[in-house]
Amino acid sequence: MDYFVIIISAIFVNNVILAQFMGICPFLGVSNKVSTAIGMGMAVTFVMSISALVVWLIQYGLLDPLGVGFLQTIVFILVIAALVQMVEIILKKISPTLYNALGIFLPLITTNCAVLGIAILLVQKQYDLGESVVFSASTALGFTLALVLFAGMREKLELTDTPEAMKGMPLALITAGLLSMAFMGFSGMI
Amino acid sequence: MTKMQLFLKGLVKENPTFVLMLGMCPTLGTTTSAINGFGMGVATMAVLVLSNMAISLVKNIIPDKVRIPSFIVIIASFVTVVQLVMQAYVPDLYAVLGVFIPLIVVNCIILGRAEAFACKNGVIDSALDGLGIGIGFTLSLTIIGAVREFLGALTIFGMKFDFMNSDGALIFILAPGAFLVLGYLLAIFNKYKKQ
Repeated sequence: MDYFVIIISAIFVNNVILAQFMGICPFLGVSNKVSTAIGMGMAVTFVMSISALVVWLIQYGLLDPLGVGFLQTIVFILVIAALVQMVEIILKKISPTLYNALGIFLPLITTNCAVLGIAILLVQKQYDLGESVVFSASTALGFTLALVLFAGMREKLELTDTPEAMKGMPLALITAGLLSMAFMGFSGMI
Repeated sequence: MTKMQLFLKGLVKENPTFVLMLGMCPTLGTTTSAINGFGMGVATMAVLVLSNMAISLVKNIIPDKVRIPSFIVIIASFVTVVQLVMQAYVPDLYAVLGVFIPLIVVNCIILGRAEAFACKNGVIDSALDGLGIGIGFTLSLTIIGAVREFLGALTIFGMKFDFMNSDGALIFILAPGAFLVLGYLLAIFNKYKKQ
């Protein structure tokens, strides 16, 4: 499949948050400020690209040859959890600047269902290694895009006068709904 | 706390969806109809009850340091069991729910209950706690699914309401509808909770 189609589809048309509903927790939790949203987005992009590579190698190099495909869920979640820990340790050693920027977001990523979800999806879609990495990286970029756009809106929303019952989460969800509607406009692109 | 209170607290007072706001991904992603929401809720409840019971059984054997990874392995095993059972007996529902079934592993409700309740309490209490929270979750998902299905297709559980010459507003079944319906339901819930 054409890389360009994968990239456009993953960022805009099938946006991981607004169309596929994965990674909602960080989307609602750490989107109060644009700066934190960018940090979280970068951390997710970093981990997701590496995890795509590792997960692909495990699926086709280990699980399939041994015929134990049913262990997929257990193996993937353990690999991702270990990978996040490892990335954290390595980053701390070789690039303290990057670690300081991403540090606090890294432990949160294990519980981000988008990472596991994308790992399972890229196996389901039978992508080859290159396609898998491109797919994961562009999905993570789509995640970052939605997170940053949403954080920008929430910064403004905090200053508005809204009914008591709508404050906080309900208003955030309705805003996300409108954002999702806007992203539906991209579906004609492919 | 009596056994009854333990069971009932998950339904309203500590409802995972409307009060604790946990497990949002399946809540938004699978509630395209009442039956899909119900199916997802039951699958999650099965994993929750089983993992709560297993964790409370082995809580004394697991060293404190490797607690979380062990819990995740236990939960992932039960998810795999549920996944295989659903694939065998309800293949249609399994196909619709898709990636959200394996994603039960990272549902914060389950790890949350393991960490907050099951690793401190007995087997029966943990099972009741899991059952209460699980039914609360199933109920919320079914309600959200029913509202979306009604607004989007004028049906509930597949039953057609023919009082308007219309097919409903499809947007409520599509992605934006999930956010809008949950947002408004939450606002209504907040309003009545305060009174």
